Amino acid sequence: MVSLPTTLNTRIIGSREILWLGAGFLFASLPHLLRMPIWISVLAVGIAGWRLLQLRMHSKPAAKWLMVLIALAASAGILLQYRTLFGRDAGVSLLVIMLALKLLETRTQRDGMLLGFLGCFLLVTNFLHSQTIPTAAYMLGCAWLLIASLIGMQYTGAWPGWRTTVRRAGVMILQGVPLMLVLFLLFPRIQGPLWGLPQDAYAGLSGLSDTMSPGSLNNLILSDAVAFRASFTGGIPEPKDLYWRGPVLWDYDGKTWTAPRIVQSVNELPDHSPQIEYTVTLEPHNKRWLFALEFPGRRPPSSIATRDMQLLSFTPVRSRMRYDMVSSIGTAYGADDDRSLLERNLRLPPDTNPRTNEFAQELRKKFPNDRNLVADVLTRFRNENFVYTLSPPLLGEQPVDEFLFETRRGFCEHYASAFTVLMRAAGIPARVVTGYLGGEVNPVGEYILVRQADAHAWVEIWLENTGWVRIDPTAAVSPARVERGIASALPRTDVLPMFVRGDFALLQRMRLTLDSVTYTWNQWVLGYTPDRQRRFLSYIGFSESTWQTLAFVLMFCAGIAVLIGAAFALRDLRGVREDAVKKIYGRFCRKLERRGLRRDAAEGPRVFAQRAGQQHPELASAVAEITALYIALRYGGESGAERLQVFKNRVRAFTT
Amino acid sequence: MPPAGGSPSLFGALKNGVLEWMFQWRGPERGTIVLVQRRVFILPTSQGLLFAGVIMLMLIGSVNYDLSLGFILSFLLGATGIQSMLHTFRNLANLRISPGKVQPVFAGELAQFQIRIANQARVHRYSVGITRDKHSAIYIDVPPDVEMTAAATLPTTRRGWLRPGRLTLFTVFPVGLFRAWSYADLDMHVLVYPAPASPGLALPSTEAGSGDGGAHGHGHDEFSGLRPYRPGDSPRHIAWKAVARDDTLLTKQFAGRADLELWLTWEALPGGMDTENRLSYLARWVIDADGAGLAYGLRLPGLTIPIANGATHRSDCLRALALHGLAADHT
Repeated sequence: MVSLPTTLNTRIIGSREILWLGAGFLFASLPHLLRMPIWISVLAVGIAGWRLLQLRMHSKPAAKWLMVLIALAASAGILLQYRTLFGRDAGVSLLVIMLALKLLETRTQRDGMLLGFLGCFLLVTNFLHSQTIPTAAYMLGCAWLLIASLIGMQYTGAWPGWRTTVRRAGVMILQGVPLMLVLFLLFPRIQGPLWGLPQDAYAGLSGLSDTMSPGSLNNLILSDAVAFRASFTGGIPEPKDLYWRGPVLWDYDGKTWTAPRIVQSVNELPDHSPQIEYTVTLEPHNKRWLFALEFPGRRPPSSIATRDMQLLSFTPVRSRMRYDMVSSIGTAYGADDDRSLLERNLRLPPDTNPRTNEFAQELRKKFPNDRNLVADVLTRFRNENFVYTLSPPLLGEQPVDEFLFETRRGFCEHYASAFTVLMRAAGIPARVVTGYLGGEVNPVGEYILVRQADAHAWVEIWLENTGWVRIDPTAAVSPARVERGIASALPRTDVLPMFVRGDFALLQRMRLTLDSVTYTWNQWVLGYTPDRQRRFLSYIGFSESTWQTLAFVLMFCAGIAVLIGAAFALRDLRGVREDAVKKIYGRFCRKLERRGLRRDAAEGPRVFAQRAGQQHPELASAVAEITALYIALRYGGESGAERLQVFKNRVRAFTT
Repeated sequence: MPPAGGSPSLFGALKNGVLEWMFQWRGPERGTIVLVQRRVFILPTSQGLLFAGVIMLMLIGSVNYDLSLGFILSFLLGATGIQSMLHTFRNLANLRISPGKVQPVFAGELAQFQIRIANQARVHRYSVGITRDKHSAIYIDVPPDVEMTAAATLPTTRRGWLRPGRLTLFTVFPVGLFRAWSYADLDMHVLVYPAPASPGLALPSTEAGSGDGGAHGHGHDEFSGLRPYRPGDSPRHIAWKAVARDDTLLTKQFAGRADLELWLTWEALPGGMDTENRLSYLARWVIDADGAGLAYGLRLPGLTIPIANGATHRSDCLRALALHGLAADHT
């Protein structure tokens, strides 16, 4: 029993509570600490360490002016580091530092609780960087720890031990799960963003860009990151048909290929048969391209199709997106493109790559037919000593010349670029297409997984009466790249992401299972968008409902979820002693009943026992003993599991 | 008794009326009060509102950055917060409150009310607060199947019966987001004796019951013999040596005691003194006379307590003083 004010807010909390809070803070900010500039991490950990040191040394709290000074200095440093205080990364850094300072300042329960709440907020910021299953599990653990430390601050009496506290927090979280599920499924979702996002909001997203210069794809090739997944309704097409079309690059400045800013859009997409139906789940990449097999026959909602067969979303893809697609493989398009349009696909910067130009003129003289010319160039690529490698030598001022006639070592972008330049020099309209080639078939989930490492560049040329057709010069150099994926195409010495090479069967299967789990996770957890919610609602029969109906459904389900939680939470309110004791005595009475001794409703246990003893003297002692135990347990205020057990055993042993 | 702190204004009266209706204030209740579910009220604390605000911020952030896991975490923490409401409620509900022992005190001292709190459920109750005045509280943990005793103290100013009034039992356990509370107006009372005047005023002179007024004056009485102990005899008159010898309690008797009668009377005090002061002095005399081991009687207007000594007698006299001019029972 302690005497304290009625509000505990101003109570000074002890070192145990501070330790718990400190641990909660450090765990919650750990992923950030590993990511942030080192000085910020060191500062944050240093401040937290200082607080713990204070606990150990029982030293005075840090001076207010010093804390203000640290806060100002840290803010200035963050401003210098990020050039802003409000960006995503700058904001998170600021939050971490301020929380560390709050920990340093925390003395009272009120401070402690605020710190706990802000710690919860810090957890959410971690999801800006990663929303994988491990991250989710880790953050759940942190939330558990934070709630346990909030509970730990409420004990006024003896500390019941960490187990009790942690169990209580766990039980509360578990009991909250039904309501969480209801809210997750039914709480009205709004498509973000609500306000302009900071510049660096999507800094972490990788993907193809609208330009290509030597070496630009290399970064992608080294990335394990998933670009998209596609599940097919029919069978999965052959690897050689898996050209996922992305940005189409028209313009060349001698080094860099660029996609045109404005491309004419078309309403009608060609629909040739046979068609392949599939669904793409696209990871956010902060660009507008929606990938589809060549050539797409359908426009996903909220997107346009362009004349050069790109699918562009109205807005950059910033959240996981799912769309149904139809493609017809291996057909040409755009036979009716007019002269002016083709003109642009013949343009080369003047005075560049003279040797290539010269070579193209020779070829042109030799092969007046476009098809023959193309076939000849591909044969050269195949038969001469061209090497497909991820680590090509650096190229100088005339990159195509150097590549074609000197180094001859390159990657898909070198081949695509050189081939296109050669075609244009020979008067054949040509352009570079980037995208992904192939992908990995996941037998567990029956879908194709395409990673950034599958990025590819190829060429399309325009032939009279046919239109644009795909030519992949890389395929000429390294057919394995197309047939069996990038891992088999590259020499073993080249570095590749671990998951791309499939050396170990067990590892391979584990990783495919893992990816299948991730796929489900993405579909159902991360991909639960406003659109998905609408579909779910219409699935359960609320397709055209007013918001009042939906609010009612939400309230109703939330009410049920809370009741489920309440049933669990309030279950223990029933008395244990009274019920058990009464039940066992009832058992005893039923045993006597079999002997013809019925207890009258108004008859007290003592009187009943006397009567029983008189009628059956042989039972008298046993009846008296059990009755005495019953009276002691029920009315005598006696308790304890042992006593109850004795009572139970006696009744069980009692035979009439 | 009206709730303490009610202001005399119309608004105050109205407010009290509303509160009385809302919280079912019914005045003192006899016996054990069970905090059944409808007697337990619950509202979010300011910390709870703050937590709700943080959850809202988390949700807005999740919408803005389109963080599915952010939604899940916000909903999970929010749901846990709501679940904590049930835990807070559970921490208080079905407690059984009953009056415990009370000891009379002198006005000006702190009265102690023992309150028994029984927990018959399987849940361990932590940090249950009991308060009278909403400023300070005592906190107690009640393990399952256990009855604990808490002592509420209350300053006293006036003699007579004192009630603890309406007690508020409350708890914010486990997370401090919600505060559950309940009212218990126990039918208990403590007797407050008049505050004894400061020592100094000599005891009134003894009267010789037999009319011989000259035989008193030097407080030493002569030992005249032993008689069997009777409850109420002052411990200082017990013949301890005799106890040691043959294990029976005997009380010493003194010669002259029978005829030296110390009467503590209303009239023995100066005429100009008011009632409360008189009672104060009389209380002082009772204490002094008892302390000196004297036998004494008390004569108040309308009440006479015959001469006797011992603890029972002392409390009888003090009780008479405490209740002088007041209703004898505590209702």
